[in-house]
Amino acid sequence: MAITEDRPLALEAGESTKTVERPLGALSRPQSDVGWASWFTTVDHKKIGIMYGVGSMFFFLFGGVEALLIRIQLSAPGNTFLSESLYNQVFTMHGVTMIFLVIMPMAAAFANYLLPLQVGARDVAFPRLNAFSFWCWLAGAIFLNTSWFLGGAPDGGWFAYAPNTSVTFAPGSGMDFYAIGLQIAGIASLVSAINLIVTVLNMRAPGMTLMKMPIFTWMMLVVQFLLLFAVPVITIALFLLTFDRSFGANFFNVEAGGSPLLWQHLFWIFGHPEVYILILPAFGIISEIIPTFSRKPIFGYPFMVGSGIAIGFMGWGVWAHHMFVSGLGPISVAAFSMSTMLIAVPTGVKILNWLATMWGGRLRFNTAMLFAVGVIAMFTIGGLSGVTHAAAPSDTQQTDTYYIVAHFHYVIFGGALLGMFGGFYFWWPKIFGHKLNEKWGKANYWLMLIGFNITFGPMHILGLQGMARRHHSYASEDGFTFWNGIVSLGAFVIGLGVLAFLINIVISARAAKKNPVDVGPDPWDARSLEWSTASPTPVHNFDVDPVVEYQDDWWHRKWGENEDGKIVRKAFPADIAQDGSATDVHLPSPSYWPLVLSFSLPLIGYAIIFTLWLLIPAGALFIASFLGWALEPADDPEAAHGHDNHGHGHDDHDGDGDDHDDAAADEGASVV
Amino acid sequence: MTDSMTETAHGAHDDVHHPSDWDYVKIAGWLAFFTAIEVGTYFFEDTAPRWALFAVLTFLMIIKFIMVGAYFMHLKYDTPWFRRIFTAGVVLAIGVYLIFFLAFDLFGLG
Amino acid sequence: MTVMAMTTTTPLLTKEPPLSDTSLTPTESDAAAADLAEEIHDHEVATAPPEAALTGGHGTTTGISNNKLMMWVFLGSECLLFGALISTYLLYKERFQDKFGDDNPLGPSEIFDIPFTSVSSFVLLGSSLTMVLALSAISRADYHRFRVWTLTTAALGTTFIAGQIYEFTEFNEKGLGWSTNIFGSAFYTLTGFHGVHVSLGIVMLLATYIMHKQGRLNQDKAETVEIVGLYWHFVDIVWILIFTVIYLFPQ
Repeated sequence: MAITEDRPLALEAGESTKTVERPLGALSRPQSDVGWASWFTTVDHKKIGIMYGVGSMFFFLFGGVEALLIRIQLSAPGNTFLSESLYNQVFTMHGVTMIFLVIMPMAAAFANYLLPLQVGARDVAFPRLNAFSFWCWLAGAIFLNTSWFLGGAPDGGWFAYAPNTSVTFAPGSGMDFYAIGLQIAGIASLVSAINLIVTVLNMRAPGMTLMKMPIFTWMMLVVQFLLLFAVPVITIALFLLTFDRSFGANFFNVEAGGSPLLWQHLFWIFGHPEVYILILPAFGIISEIIPTFSRKPIFGYPFMVGSGIAIGFMGWGVWAHHMFVSGLGPISVAAFSMSTMLIAVPTGVKILNWLATMWGGRLRFNTAMLFAVGVIAMFTIGGLSGVTHAAAPSDTQQTDTYYIVAHFHYVIFGGALLGMFGGFYFWWPKIFGHKLNEKWGKANYWLMLIGFNITFGPMHILGLQGMARRHHSYASEDGFTFWNGIVSLGAFVIGLGVLAFLINIVISARAAKKNPVDVGPDPWDARSLEWSTASPTPVHNFDVDPVVEYQDDWWHRKWGENEDGKIVRKAFPADIAQDGSATDVHLPSPSYWPLVLSFSLPLIGYAIIFTLWLLIPAGALFIASFLGWALEPADDPEAAHGHDNHGHGHDDHDGDGDDHDDAAADEGASVV
Repeated sequence: MTDSMTETAHGAHDDVHHPSDWDYVKIAGWLAFFTAIEVGTYFFEDTAPRWALFAVLTFLMIIKFIMVGAYFMHLKYDTPWFRRIFTAGVVLAIGVYLIFFLAFDLFGLG
Repeated sequence: MTVMAMTTTTPLLTKEPPLSDTSLTPTESDAAAADLAEEIHDHEVATAPPEAALTGGHGTTTGISNNKLMMWVFLGSECLLFGALISTYLLYKERFQDKFGDDNPLGPSEIFDIPFTSVSSFVLLGSSLTMVLALSAISRADYHRFRVWTLTTAALGTTFIAGQIYEFTEFNEKGLGWSTNIFGSAFYTLTGFHGVHVSLGIVMLLATYIMHKQGRLNQDKAETVEIVGLYWHFVDIVWILIFTVIYLFPQ
């Protein structure tokens, strides 16, 4: 009884071995990929990336306002600008917003836009799932922020230590919004991680081995694996919290024997890989920018890849350095202290490699490069304070003070955020077809960099002087007044820098409309495959699958070496780039259901918080959209082709009236 | 460069050994046998030393885990990618949660 | 690809190429472009429907289908999920026993009914066998056996769930509820999560059955059954862990 036989056993009359493709489901898929409404149904990774970018920028402004509110409150001793309760909500939401609604989706913006392009693919592995990830994230983000109007925002800190966040000590629904909102956002991250892992492993262009991928792709691959394994842990922690708060469980009930340390461990088992999830995308971005504007390949490519993997791997063994003063015991503390010191090593390798890339290169300090260099400098400072935290005795003094606040802002703002701003300047011409203005870009950069250092530099001093975190105010006799004033001033300078960025976006777009300049496929003379297409990227990405021979393959098509070993130009980008004129490329069809399914999730959240009767419509919507998604045809035969929006019929090679070649499609369409 | 494409163009099933239905039944038989032994330890709870029971149960648990994974889930015959990814998850989970227990001073350790 | 010889005397630095240069004559540039264009066009234009082409390993870099890889990647993440639940349970079982005494009537040693749960274990184990037999059947277009084994798997799964529900109501009647103590919370959460996973698996099995009856799932789509099978076996593996660690390890 073999599993496979050359000829199937005798079949009952009429049954075929082939699956009948029903032409269209109950609701046909939307057709159009142009117009504003198409953004709601798009499954195009580029549009989804842009939406992540816009969403994250919006929440960046939100989180920035929250930061300014904090700084106004702390600008003077004994201030009453914000009440204590409101202060707790503002700093909690500032942290949650910046991490989950800004840095992570901003990285997702770059990953979504660039990963298929950098590996030479047409889209991600599961386009509808990709759209679902975005709308799900957005639904969670909006849900979380409706808490402001619905009884108060979460106020237990972004790390939400239980039992402080149990119903006894955090009555009201704020922490429920936290738990459920982050669950929804977590689903988005997990689904996206699975999608991008399959994309990078399975959809690379011919010849692109793993060790020929761009560093950005590698770093994002490591990030997706970190998300894959870390999100389930916080998922459980959040479930336990919700079960305690809303359903009477006892996980964090100390009298019943519950342990506060359980929350801390579960949270930080997620939380530490999370910080590498935050920084590795920026490391990947500057690993693209620096070689381009040093006109040299990245120094030590295998070490860059290996150190990224090492960071991802070692990041699982250091989490309890967030818990040095929680009563772990000396052996645990010592062990985690040592592992934390070790993890500085692979990051050091990266910093050396970036500097070595720049050494001897012909450097060009445009805005993107300035941001990249800024990352190296700022992250090094943050990393150095991080090393002082690794030593448990010194951390015992530093923990819960502003010294820690200084550290993580240097690495997250100075590292992750500056890196992504660099990415904006670098990839803007590819995405939108025009460059951002350099003068405004430099204003943006210097205002942000200087403002940032004025804001967070003195926090090291304040921390060492003993100013505690998460305190609503301080007394005038504490001696913190002077530096707090400086810090608050710096925060507004950052604000000016951000304003410069927004102004830059507007004036650059206006200038491009008035005097359109064709930036061409490759305005920076860059190295990876996304630069081998027209700008803005054609909707179908590549006319033909690129065939990859080298790492930095695009670069090698433009430049070669002559007999003397000197570098000579082989071709100009405009001549060899793919111009996007192909009209017969199949694209995945748009779909309503990812959007609809996503918005059933907050409804379930409201049901848990307010009234379980809401579960009936919420559940109905959930099931209906699930079925709608599963039942719609995987690919609409009437679908648009390439950028021409032609009708069907181009690819009816086997003459059976639809565009599927049954021989090739014998495994049928994917469910997602 | 296109060779890697064409030579793996067929699905994993085409040239790979599959257990027959009877093989699956035999494996299920072994699994049932191991489960019976495991259940049998329940009856020796008060007589046998605890460490021996723990050892036998842990050993059988691991054997069953591997057998279901290797044969029913076809990991033994499929591409190494699946093994790598799944093993990564298992090893990471065991490692992380083991450290978690040690930090909690569980079972007298840590 | 042949490299064009240098034809001008413009000095070039060895480390980085010129930003703008005249070392390439127009004809050489055209020739290079033509070479490249020819190489590109020798390669197949991507015209197949994207999602259809991506399944079954056709045209994927690793040769594995996207859907199957997706399921394995997902199962990798599930290890961390159930690991957290099992760890929480073990921690809280110990803490419960330490704090409230080993002979507490609402503790694990008193309340578990090992013989009953053992039967559940055999049921779930059997369902793994029937699952793999269902896959084997559809792979060789033996649709009758596929239908039989699929329904049997679903039935065994349902039996397992029924056993769980019975067990939980028994415990509840004896006084161990979800809110009673940390042991109850941890136990019901762990087994509850597992039960939900089994239930979703039953839904997926029935979905494959219905799709098959509608003619939308035949031998050419056997991989769908394989993927559902992977999920089902994983859920069985988790039960192997739960049964041993929670029920069978000496308390």
